[in-house]
Amino acid sequence: RDFNERCAQCSEVNWGLTDGGRFYCRSCHNVTERTREVVNAEFISNTRIQTISKGLRKQEKTDGGCEWYVCEGFQLVLKKQAEALETLGVCPQMKDEILCNFWRRYLQKSKQAYCNRPAGETVKALSVCDSSTDVDSEPERPSLLHLSLSESEGDLQTDCSFASSTSRVSESTSVCSGSVDGSLYLMKNQREKLRMTMPMTLSFCYMALLWLREPMTLSDLLRFVVEGHIPYLNVFQHFPEKMKLCGLDLKIFCVESWPVYEEVYNKMLELAAFLDLPRFPDITDSCFLHPDMLCMKYLMEANLPDELHNWTCRVVKKICIGEADFLTLVPGNKSTRNVKYDVLAAAVIVVVLKLLFLLDDRYEWLLSDFAEESNKNNKEGGPYFEFKKWYKVIKCSLDVEQKKLDEERAKYLWRCEKPLFYSAKKKSKVLKRRQMVVNLQNQFGKLSGSVQPAEKPKPSSFQLSWSEENTDGSCFHGHSLKGILQEKCGLLTAMNPAYWLCTVKLCTEKLCGHLAHYREVDFPQSYHFVLRLFSFLLRIQPSYIHDEVCVIEHKLFNKKLCKKSKYNTGLRK
Amino acid sequence: SSHEHKLNFKKSKEVCLSYIQDAMLQKQWKRAAEFLTFYIESLEKDFSTQYVGPSEMIWRIGTEILCHHSHSSVKEFNSFTEQMKTLGVKRYLKVCLEHAFHLLCNGLIDEAYQNLSLAESWRFGEQTAIQDKEMKLIQAYRGLLDYYSWSKQKAILLEHGQDGFEDLSVEQEMHSCFRKAAVNLKEIIKIPGVWDLFVKCYVDLLEFYGDHNEACQVLNEYAYNSKFPANPNAHVYLYQFLKRHGESKKSLISALKILHDIVPSHELMIDFNTMLQKSKKRKKRRLGLEVIFAALDYAGWKENVKAWSCLARQVKQIVISEKHLDWIKQEWNSRKDWWPAFHFSRYLAKRNWQENESLSYEKAVVAGILLGKDCKYFKYVSHQGCKAQVKRFRTLKKFVNKHNPVYLRISG
Repeated sequence: RDFNERCAQCSEVNWGLTDGGRFYCRSCHNVTERTREVVNAEFISNTRIQTISKGLRKQEKTDGGCEWYVCEGFQLVLKKQAEALETLGVCPQMKDEILCNFWRRYLQKSKQAYCNRPAGETVKALSVCDSSTDVDSEPERPSLLHLSLSESEGDLQTDCSFASSTSRVSESTSVCSGSVDGSLYLMKNQREKLRMTMPMTLSFCYMALLWLREPMTLSDLLRFVVEGHIPYLNVFQHFPEKMKLCGLDLKIFCVESWPVYEEVYNKMLELAAFLDLPRFPDITDSCFLHPDMLCMKYLMEANLPDELHNWTCRVVKKICIGEADFLTLVPGNKSTRNVKYDVLAAAVIVVVLKLLFLLDDRYEWLLSDFAEESNKNNKEGGPYFEFKKWYKVIKCSLDVEQKKLDEERAKYLWRCEKPLFYSAKKKSKVLKRRQMVVNLQNQFGKLSGSVQPAEKPKPSSFQLSWSEENTDGSCFHGHSLKGILQEKCGLLTAMNPAYWLCTVKLCTEKLCGHLAHYREVDFPQSYHFVLRLFSFLLRIQPSYIHDEVCVIEHKLFNKKLCKKSKYNTGLRK
Repeated sequence: SSHEHKLNFKKSKEVCLSYIQDAMLQKQWKRAAEFLTFYIESLEKDFSTQYVGPSEMIWRIGTEILCHHSHSSVKEFNSFTEQMKTLGVKRYLKVCLEHAFHLLCNGLIDEAYQNLSLAESWRFGEQTAIQDKEMKLIQAYRGLLDYYSWSKQKAILLEHGQDGFEDLSVEQEMHSCFRKAAVNLKEIIKIPGVWDLFVKCYVDLLEFYGDHNEACQVLNEYAYNSKFPANPNAHVYLYQFLKRHGESKKSLISALKILHDIVPSHELMIDFNTMLQKSKKRKKRRLGLEVIFAALDYAGWKENVKAWSCLARQVKQIVISEKHLDWIKQEWNSRKDWWPAFHFSRYLAKRNWQENESLSYEKAVVAGILLGKDCKYFKYVSHQGCKAQVKRFRTLKKFVNKHNPVYLRISG
């Protein structure tokens, strides 16, 4: 529409857009290299775009603000996030092509842009109020507000309703938000169109990462967010000056909780289906996200012997979870269970540990004593892996790291220099408050004694690292599993003959949302310890890993379970 | 610490608060200050849905830290408190009051006075009425400081008077302080409560200016108005006042009666008993015996020679007169099971004799009469006393021997 060049092939000016965001000539189907990005800076395709790109925004507000739409805000957020990911090493393609296109497609599907009558247009009807309206009567706005606020921030509600009742209703832009369509955005019926939220920006990012098969799991991504390497909390700081946020915008863009794995993941699935995406690129065994690769990484991080990798690969192969068909995401396909790569890999390792060490709070220590004896006698060659030693080392580190993490949780700062106000009236109060907060922080900061290291720790894929150069023997990578293995019919098998199932029967996810129910007291402490370790590394509840362990076990022992014949298992109490 | 991996604003501030509390309990002020810096931003979302909102939390915690931290100064404290005053209008006067207390504790009387005066002039719509109690307290404390000025002026005046100077300005100043103080002090003591210091000061003022009636009335109100909480000191003040003004024994006794009921172990019980013993009325003498026995029930009186001498005197007097032995019997009845071990053990006999001969003498009198000449205490002390050839012990021995049957009647 804005692109007025003549087609190189047919000299017509009749352009359309491909899915990839490139212009193609409708007459001769010549696809150009020009993308929308080149033509104009913003992606909202309707008459507004022209005004925006030509800088002809209505400068209605006296404070130098301009009109902006919520989706523009989100677009900015995504852009910032993609840039941050690029800094972390993700390939630039992610930002320039993949994420971009996903976003455009989303706008199109949700009818916010790229279509004939964007949903935003109806906003005007609502926000423009007749000047003949009585100042005292609030038409629908307060009730809209009451409808829209579903979360616990009831305080926002009161503030906004005050704002709406005291300000003049005749302004054409919504008095309750800096954005034009803020109030519309929060109306409940948006749900069919998959309303955009802040957590969903992370779903977008993850989806793009997955499409590109980047070596970053969802738990890595969320950890980077919490550590501040990816804009999420207070991301509105990066909005340009003229994009003023107030009122309901805060509800949309202001984040007051850490992103939750399950939520981001499920939204991603929903999103992929909503966008009608095809089958994602295959996850093969050379991909980072493949269980064989991830297991390797987690084994290293957990300071476990490299030899265990053979075992994880064996399990993966046996239950066919290394197949591309199993691992690759096919949006909308409800019959396959969707794969959480990080949780899956962790669970595989847990199962392997159970296979080899039983983890019933007895056997693993017996084996360890046995290995210790062997180690005393056998000074040549590599040491045998001793569970006890490993446990001590890991427990120590884990406790230290957990304590650090707990303190960080207590010290987490949610506010930033750019203050937010619900309405212009509140502005001076908010600014005064902010000033006081800064003063008090300075005053007590001086009394804190220690110098506050203001730098963020450098982002790292590994949270725990162990080096074989350490002479204190605290690195177990090279240790051998010989002490716990035996040879039978030419195959190495575990000395441990037994196995216990975490659960005899899996729950139905649809009924209670979980496949199993984990309670620490019901299971051996060694098992809980191992879960705790991976729970820390992945920053998710132990129960998620436990669920996955149950599923794997059921696949592994499928035949035995089906037969319901005698087996050496039992549900531990 | 929970192994939760979720976190939201509210939860993270709760967790932060618990770290602050831990640090404060362990007197780690630097650590407490450190975590407080992270808690402070909760002011920016203070909707006071919880009972104690963040702003009050920060005020109280910050005050504690600044009081104890080695690097903090009064200047810092003042600047902090000023900010706290602006935080919550509902708390304004309370913060002012506590600020003044802090200044007083640090000896900054003038600053405290300024603060209180400033606070007194504060008006804020309906809040002024709501915070009426705090306002009254502020006025009362200002009145107290006026009294303090007054007494300083008085001291100067007396000094000058001695030197022969007449200082009109000081005198005027003094009178003006008096007026200011009197008004406020009078107001506060109208409200039921414990106002010991204020009452004392007010009475002091009244006495100086010769208004004894008013002073008496004030003290009576303070002691006897049932709306006021039971307060031993009120009775003490009244008693002291009456004594100062040479009131009759009757009124003195009546002033101490309630004190005896509330605090039987009060030090004035000696005076009380002394007065009662001398009384002509039988009832009063009977009460006297009760009073002194009750006082000696308390461990703090075990080695009080005066108390024992009172008891000894009265008991001896009863025995000699041979009247009212039943009084002793009544008092001894509830005590005969435990007083022997409590007061008259052999160990105590030895110790009392070694440490305080007079004490052992008085106690021996009582022991001899109540427990007879064969009791451990009496035997040991009198023996020692006679051995040491102290005359009164010999007299005592004879006395007890003579009146031994009395013991039998008492103990029976």
